[in-house]
Amino acid sequence: MQKLTNKLKGNKLAQIILLVLYVVVTSLSLYLAQASVTAFLLMLFSLLLLYYTELPVRLKWLIAGVVLIGVIPFVSSTGPGYQSYMEVATVVGIYVAMALGLNIVVGLAGLLDLGFVAFFAIGSYTYGIFATGQAANFMPFGSFPLSGNSFWIFILIGCFAAALFGVLLGIPVLRVKGDYLAIVTLGFGEIIRIVFNNLDKPVNITNGAMGLASVQPPEIFGYQFVYPNQFYYIVLGILLLVILAVRRFEFSKIGRSWKAVRENEIAAQSMGIHLVRTKLLAFAIGASFSGMMGVVFAAKQTFVDPTSFTLLESITILVMVILGGMGSVPGVILGAAVITILNLQVLTEVTNYLNQLSLDGVISFPEALSPAKMQRFIFGAILIVFAIYRPQGLIPAKNPVFDEESLKEGSKKHKKEQIAVEPDKGFQA
Amino acid sequence: MGIKKGLKVLAASALSLGLLAGCNASGGSGGSGGGSGKVIKIATQTPLSGGSATLGESIKLGAQLALEENKKKFEDLGYKLQLQPYDDQGDPKKGVANAQLIGSDKAILGVVGHLNSGVSIPSSEVYEKYKVPMVSPANTATEVTDRGLKTVNRIVARDDFQGPAGADFAINKLGAKKIFVVQDKTAYGTGLADAFKKAAEDAGAEILGYEGITVGEKDFNGVLTQVLSKKPDLVFFGGLYTEGGQLIRQARDKGISIPFMGGDGLDSSTLVEIAGDAVENVYYTSVAADASKTSEGQDFAAKYKEKFNKNVESYSAYGYDSMSVLLKGLEAAIKGSDGDLPAREKVAEEVRKVQDFQGVVTKVGFDDIGDNKFAKVYIYKFSEAKYPGVQEGEISK
Amino acid sequence: MLAEILQSLPQVLVDGLALGAIYAVIALGYTMVYGILELINFAHGEIFMTGAFIGVAMLILMTGMGWLAAMPAILALILVLIVTSVLTGFMGVGIERMAYRPLRNSPKLITLISAIGVSFLLQDLVRFITEYKRGNYILTGPSMFNEQFSIKFSSISSSFSDAFFKTSTLILVVAVIIMMVGLDFFVNKTKWGMAMRAVAQDRETASLMSINVNRVISLTFFIGSALGGATGVLFAVQYGTIDPYIGFILGLKAFTAAVLGGIGNIRGAMAGGLMLGLLEMFAAANLQLLTGGIFGAEYKDVFAFAILIVVLIFKPEGLFGKAVTEKV
Repeated sequence: MQKLTNKLKGNKLAQIILLVLYVVVTSLSLYLAQASVTAFLLMLFSLLLLYYTELPVRLKWLIAGVVLIGVIPFVSSTGPGYQSYMEVATVVGIYVAMALGLNIVVGLAGLLDLGFVAFFAIGSYTYGIFATGQAANFMPFGSFPLSGNSFWIFILIGCFAAALFGVLLGIPVLRVKGDYLAIVTLGFGEIIRIVFNNLDKPVNITNGAMGLASVQPPEIFGYQFVYPNQFYYIVLGILLLVILAVRRFEFSKIGRSWKAVRENEIAAQSMGIHLVRTKLLAFAIGASFSGMMGVVFAAKQTFVDPTSFTLLESITILVMVILGGMGSVPGVILGAAVITILNLQVLTEVTNYLNQLSLDGVISFPEALSPAKMQRFIFGAILIVFAIYRPQGLIPAKNPVFDEESLKEGSKKHKKEQIAVEPDKGFQA
Repeated sequence: MGIKKGLKVLAASALSLGLLAGCNASGGSGGSGGGSGKVIKIATQTPLSGGSATLGESIKLGAQLALEENKKKFEDLGYKLQLQPYDDQGDPKKGVANAQLIGSDKAILGVVGHLNSGVSIPSSEVYEKYKVPMVSPANTATEVTDRGLKTVNRIVARDDFQGPAGADFAINKLGAKKIFVVQDKTAYGTGLADAFKKAAEDAGAEILGYEGITVGEKDFNGVLTQVLSKKPDLVFFGGLYTEGGQLIRQARDKGISIPFMGGDGLDSSTLVEIAGDAVENVYYTSVAADASKTSEGQDFAAKYKEKFNKNVESYSAYGYDSMSVLLKGLEAAIKGSDGDLPAREKVAEEVRKVQDFQGVVTKVGFDDIGDNKFAKVYIYKFSEAKYPGVQEGEISK
Repeated sequence: MLAEILQSLPQVLVDGLALGAIYAVIALGYTMVYGILELINFAHGEIFMTGAFIGVAMLILMTGMGWLAAMPAILALILVLIVTSVLTGFMGVGIERMAYRPLRNSPKLITLISAIGVSFLLQDLVRFITEYKRGNYILTGPSMFNEQFSIKFSSISSSFSDAFFKTSTLILVVAVIIMMVGLDFFVNKTKWGMAMRAVAQDRETASLMSINVNRVISLTFFIGSALGGATGVLFAVQYGTIDPYIGFILGLKAFTAAVLGGIGNIRGAMAGGLMLGLLEMFAAANLQLLTGGIFGAEYKDVFAFAILIVVLIFKPEGLFGKAVTEKV
């Protein structure tokens, strides 16, 4: 085994062959064995494998694109499990985008936000209210529900609405720091949920606890998006934009300011970083990702109600970021995928399996131990174990390391600055 | 770099596992095709965890009992029945995700569920897409059937029937003139309390206050202080037994001895456990009949007790009847297609066609939007700390 | 309107006092730990909850064995309180050892995350054990101290109405006062209390003064958790029914109370707890009246959190705390 891995290292051709082989094998097994969760998971695992190959970045993106757009939908499309896989993949996409948003706030800027799901709620309600008859209750003009064509504009509106709330929340909240911030954001998250739950009087805006039913599905040129496999592509598109944006931000001036603020506020300030503006930007950008996905969620679910936006949801997103690695984009993507799949598929499947066993009388299994109920236990354990043993997460964040020599040489080589990468030491210090 | 290496090892092992998984699962599906005919699964989807797990569990067990009793009949038709329980956790998101799983599992031909209307509404949109018939044992919100979905049916009464029935009883039988309404700010509580309030106002009662409490709280003294100072003749509570029990108990501690009234959410043995002796003089309307009064009901309770070693809850029998109705539709569909596996649309059609089915607790006949024509509302009273309460009246449409 | 508010005021005061007393003792636990470690011990609310479960389990067990009938109820309660507080005290020490001590030199964010993890873990453990034993995780204790009293405020002035309460409210308030006075004495007058204050001021200097910092931290956790656990028992006796999720929101509000009084300040936490309890009860009883029916009791949590946010923004050191300038 040792020899094999050594041989593999540096041998790009072998890596490509192995990867292709892996994709083919898992595709085949998914194709043949429909409704096998294992096969589906292994299929997704190929993306992680891809991340660890030493291929050029562009090629990696290309392969990932082919796998995500073509291979996964295609090989799962023939069998009965198709829509449920696509549902899972769609939800994974939604959570990945949210986790990436939270990653900017927690991972890069170091501001612990425990009420992050509030922005998701804002996005959902912006679309939910206008894409049902609800808006007619308080809007003096216009006819509601708006048609599904407006969905595309609402992605932007949801994005801005959430960003706006992020800034509004940030202005007062950022005067407090550290632990207080965690508590205040938690309070804000709860306030937003309670307010949405009660805004059915005096003017009925959110329809209160009854929620908004029959939200219009997205539509373009008369083509309606109803099934999960259709939403999958919407989510994939938005996710691509989000990932590109995050990578851009991370290595830009503002990204470096975030990290500086995270490491030491006072030092950062003395280097001329505008503290409030930097933090507000982190809040706004993080929130905007959530807002966009909120709109998609409302459209996919066709129902919006306050119970989808509880504290547990905020913590779940936080667990994703911690598990994957704070500040690390690939890590957070992995974390979000793992947690969502765990929640939606693995726990459900294991529970079903155990239920079946006890129905058949093979084992008597106490209802209390049912894995589907152990969500909090699992999340709690993940948080503690990772905090103590691996605070940098599954895939630690990497900072570009600049070689002094090449910097001195000036602009000639300035495109080859990034020579090596080294684990981000920020959180272990 | 250590991780990298480890990952590659992992990848290699995953590869071989993938192969294995492929072989395994394909082998499995081939195997189950033989045996005792084709498998037909019926799903239940109710909260098996969370605050209302007691009720969710009882629906599942009731349905399970009905399914097992019908196993023999379907085996004669050449099919093997199987129960597939899902846990919606009372969470709409989870409900929809499960609904997708149910929709894509071609062996599932029907769903018994849900407990919460808030979960039922979005999930049924998914069932409708996949044409899976759903029979609800407990959803009372009007929105559930008012959307006119072809697959959605329920065997219980609607809120705009239950609420007014309660109001009618409170005003005409109990002589309440001034009423204080408390609700728990959930979809269920709001729907019920609103329906009650509207009917009570129409019948000429005065609503002294309309307040909300928070689910999960234990201290409701603030709201009760309002009750104390406004001196109503009756308090109506729209909500579930956990908060209801606590509310009643604290009210009695404050010396508020006026009758309390609630909906079917109070219909649970846990209410009595929580409130203790304070439960006296509490009325509740329920869409569930007292199964212990009829001989079929007693038989059912005995069977249930023998099978699961648990006492029946209010919805146990409704879970049982929902499943029976569903299976009746399924049977008709199988016969209609000459013993072939029927399409889901066909099953949904046949379920909707059920007109005259006598279940353990209710007679079932669906109208054109899936409401039960024979649904009744029953009024119970607790006169001592014992569950269930005594049936005081029954109101049919 | 004013007349109506006045009318119900005595009852609001009594109920608010009972709720506030509970907030106050839990707030103590937060404030002590924060004073020493600068850590929001999210798990504290869960320690309170666990205490409630241990207490009720013991009471049920004692009822089953007939002990409860055999001895005076108050004696049984004292016994349960002592056993529970010792157990939860050790639990607090254990949590600190396992989940916080390895992280003492890590960034605060990491410790905070670990604390949230402990909180979730405990919730589910208690849920699991209760559900496994009883088939339902909502637990109702034996009915105790149910005698009702009323204070005749109406005899003072006819604009007040009478206030009703139970014996358990009385016991709750008395026990909380004893605990608070005891703690205040301990912290301000004993050697260990002095060591605690020293560690809170400057951990390193304290260790140079031959104070065993680790032991002081353990002691702090023990006392905070013991008080929390005991309050849990009192809560269970007062409200009757408990579930594994009572700790989180209650803990959050208690933390609000600690912040309100100035975090790290023990007397401040007591005052903050009482204030928050009274304010919340007042809001629940009168919001509808004050806003003409637009906002109701359902907004009382918003009210509590809004207080927290306003205090943190305009007076982050709390009402009774001293402002600290950050050392560079």
